Order: sequence, then C-alpha cells, then structure tokens
Amino acid sequence: MKHLGKALALAAFMFTANAHAEIRFGIVNEAYPPYTTKDASGKAIGWEIDLMDAVCQDLKEKCTIVDVAWDGLIPALESKKIDVIWSSMSITDERKKRIDFTDKYYSALAGIVGPKDGVMGVAPEQLKGKTIGIAVSTTHSMYFKKHLSDVATERSYSTVDESFQDLASGRIDYVFADTGPLKEFLTTDLGKGCCEFKGNVEPDDAILGAGVGGGVRKGDDELREKLNGAIKAVRASGKYAEFSKKYFDYDPY
Amino acid sequence: MEFGWVLEYRDLLLHGAFLTCVLLVISVVFGFSLAIILAVSQVGDNAIVRWISRGYCTFFRGTPLLIQLWLIYYGLGSYLPYIPGLRASFLWPVMREGLFFAALALTLNFAAYQGEILRGAMLAVPKGELEAARAVGMSARMILRRIWLPRAIRIGLPTFAGEVILQLKATPIVFSVTVMDLYGAAYKIRQDTLLIYEPLLLVTLFYVGLTFAITQAFQKLEKTVPVQRQHSI
Repeated sequence: MKHLGKALALAAFMFTANAHAEIRFGIVNEAYPPYTTKDASGKAIGWEIDLMDAVCQDLKEKCTIVDVAWDGLIPALESKKIDVIWSSMSITDERKKRIDFTDKYYSALAGIVGPKDGVMGVAPEQLKGKTIGIAVSTTHSMYFKKHLSDVATERSYSTVDESFQDLASGRIDYVFADTGPLKEFLTTDLGKGCCEFKGNVEPDDAILGAGVGGGVRKGDDELREKLNGAIKAVRASGKYAEFSKKYFDYDPY
Repeated sequence: MEFGWVLEYRDLLLHGAFLTCVLLVISVVFGFSLAIILAVSQVGDNAIVRWISRGYCTFFRGTPLLIQLWLIYYGLGSYLPYIPGLRASFLWPVMREGLFFAALALTLNFAAYQGEILRGAMLAVPKGELEAARAVGMSARMILRRIWLPRAIRIGLPTFAGEVILQLKATPIVFSVTVMDLYGAAYKIRQDTLLIYEPLLLVTLFYVGLTFAITQAFQKLEKTVPVQRQHSI
C-alpha cells in the first residue's frame, strides 16, 4: 500500500511537471468534420489535427490534445486547463474581448445547404418564410439575427451534425453553417441523396469574423508569436497545401 | 456578477419559461390520464392487457428518458415525412416541431412512472371499503369511478407532488431536440455572452420558484381532501 501511494505521488508529480513543458491544445469534443472528429478508437483526427501536428513539428514542441466542450473552450483557456483553443473558432470582436487570437489559419465561408429542388441562391427574399437550422451561438446565429431574422425562422441545434439529420427528413428547409462541414455533409450518403449546396451568403466580416485562428490567453504574446511563426512556416513550406488536399478541393486559407 | 443581458434576452427567457411550463402541463395532464388506464389494467382481470401495461411500464421506466426522446425524435420522427400526404396535411406544421416529440416523450415517460404509483395506491385502498361498495349494490364500473380511483389518487397524492417536481427537472433535455425551453435560452445566452454562472443562476431561481409553487399547490390540495388515518388496533 505504501509503495502504491509513493508511485501515485510520483506519477502525479511527473504529470504536473510535464504539463508545463508541453502545449495543450483544446479541441472540441463534438464532432466537426472535416476539421476535427474522432475515429472509431476515439483518436482525434481531421484537418485541424493535421495542422496542429505540422505546427508542433515546426515548433519542435510536444503537444497534447485536451477534449473540451465547445462552450467550455474559453473558460478552460482562462482557467489554464489548456493553452490554445484550436477548434474552428472564428476571430470575432466579441471573442477578442476575452481572449487573443493568432493569425487566421483558415477562412470560414458561410454557406447554405437545402433540398434538391433546383432553386439556387440564398438572397434574403429567397429564404422568406423558411426554417433554417443553425448551430446555437455560432457566428452564423449572430449573422441570422442581424440579416435574416425578419424573413426566416431560426431552429437552434447544439451541433451542426444534428441539423443535417433534420434537413434530410424535411423538418427544416435549410442549414446555415460553414462551407467546410456543409460540403463534407454533401459527400455522405444522406447528404448526396437529399440535398445540394445553395450558395454562400453575403459576407459580413464584423460578424462572421476575419477567418479562424487559434485562441490564446490575453497577454500570452510569447505563445501567440510562436504559433504565428509556425503557421506561416507550415503555409510557406507547402505542407499546408499537402494535407489540405486530403480534405478539400479548394484552398481553405 | 453581471446581469445586463437579462433585458436584451428578455423575450427569449420569457418564451423559454413559457415552453417549460407548457411541457410540464401537457406531460402531467396527458401522462396522468394514460397512467389511470395503465393502473386500472394492471389491477384488472384481463391477463393480456395486464401484461401489455406491465411491459409498457417496465420499458419506459427501464430506459433513460434521453434515449426515449432521441428514439422518438430522430427515429420515429425521421420516418414521418415519408408517410404519403402527411407533409401536405394540416398536421405537418405541428409534427415538424421538436416540441411535439418532446411533449410525446415526456408524456409517455411520466405515464409509466405514474401508472406504477397509481397501481400501488389502488392496491393500498382498504378491501373493506370496496366490499362495502359492492354490498350497497354498486356495479364494478361505479366502484372504480366513485370509490377505488378517488381513494387511490388521494393515497398517492403526496407521491404525485414529488413526481411532478421530478418531471419539471426532466424537461431541460428537450433542448437536445431543438426546443428552446428555459434551459435552452440559458444555454444560448451562456454561449453568446460567454457568461457561465449568471444565466444558470437565473434559471436555477426559476426552477426552485416553480418547485415551491408546485409544493404549495399540492399541499393545498391535500388539505382540501383530508384523509381519515386508519388507526391500528
């Protein structure tokens, strides 16, 4: 018993000692393919994980992944449970009040997917009277509030995946989200059968954000600069284009 | 502590509180009606009906409410649109809403628990009273309506109050099927404003307040129908 106690204490010590020597990346544990998701064994995979690996390789740092729920990311960062938010978080003014961001590492274009009925376009007059599925508290939800709430109805989902299910069964008319996950959905059997891409909405950088970046604690400039350098290097070395090809038929930057 | 958001989100919160109450009332009223059928058929003589009711109660009490809700919403609900004509019918605007499925799941679940309690309460009604009713020439149906059920409901009343409170606290899961109830509103506010504790505190107060009101209402009800306690000899 005594030895076990000692071993545990030692393990705990090693763990805490290690925790400071590495960069802890906060990744959302809700699936957000193709950016982050988990394979059958529970291992995190996806475009953002590939980018993280490339960045860490460039920095020659040891990186670990910490699973955090989407709404717990900023609190986890502030309470030092993680060092970076690496989870498709758009750089918005609202969030900048609480945290700092690295340079953007991809651009999130907002788009709309709907049933295969041949009606294209996403202008407000075309969305009139429709019910639109949106993941709760995303930049898309804010965009909806400002630009579309007069003409259409919002249906809130906790993840964008759940809204796809309802789109396929006809309970909502459209899904409004980032182009990445929308295009990913359209490659699945469910998406191929029912739906098509209707178009990108009019941009509004103030709300939709100036791209997606890593979130760091306010004043943690050392880490922010390091990550900025690494993102630039990964982009310049061609590695960025290399692993992006696996996921997209366009340049996500 | 910062509560400046309350004004901005006032409509969302009020509507959320309204939906929470609507779900509670619908599921308790319809669930209780179904529970009476379940209880009566379980103390009745027909073996087939008895086993169906018993199976129903075991199934709904034996599986998590969340799973029932998702089976109904994403399982059953996703096949409904393929029923010919349903999408064009007047029912569709109701049946495409998460609220319909949430109310259905909560009702079915509440009925299972309530049915079991009511069954126990019916068995607890003193045999002598039923025999007396029979002796004065009441039919079986009349005994059920005038003596057995009212007495059983009175016996079960203190337990029902607890069940209604439990039901209130089960309602927040409806947010997972897109119903913006009070918890859903708090969730949205929490994510929009990045404030964690304040929205949760506000809804906590609401739930506690509603629980207090339910307790008071049941106490009043219990006082209006006093029971003669049976003293053992």
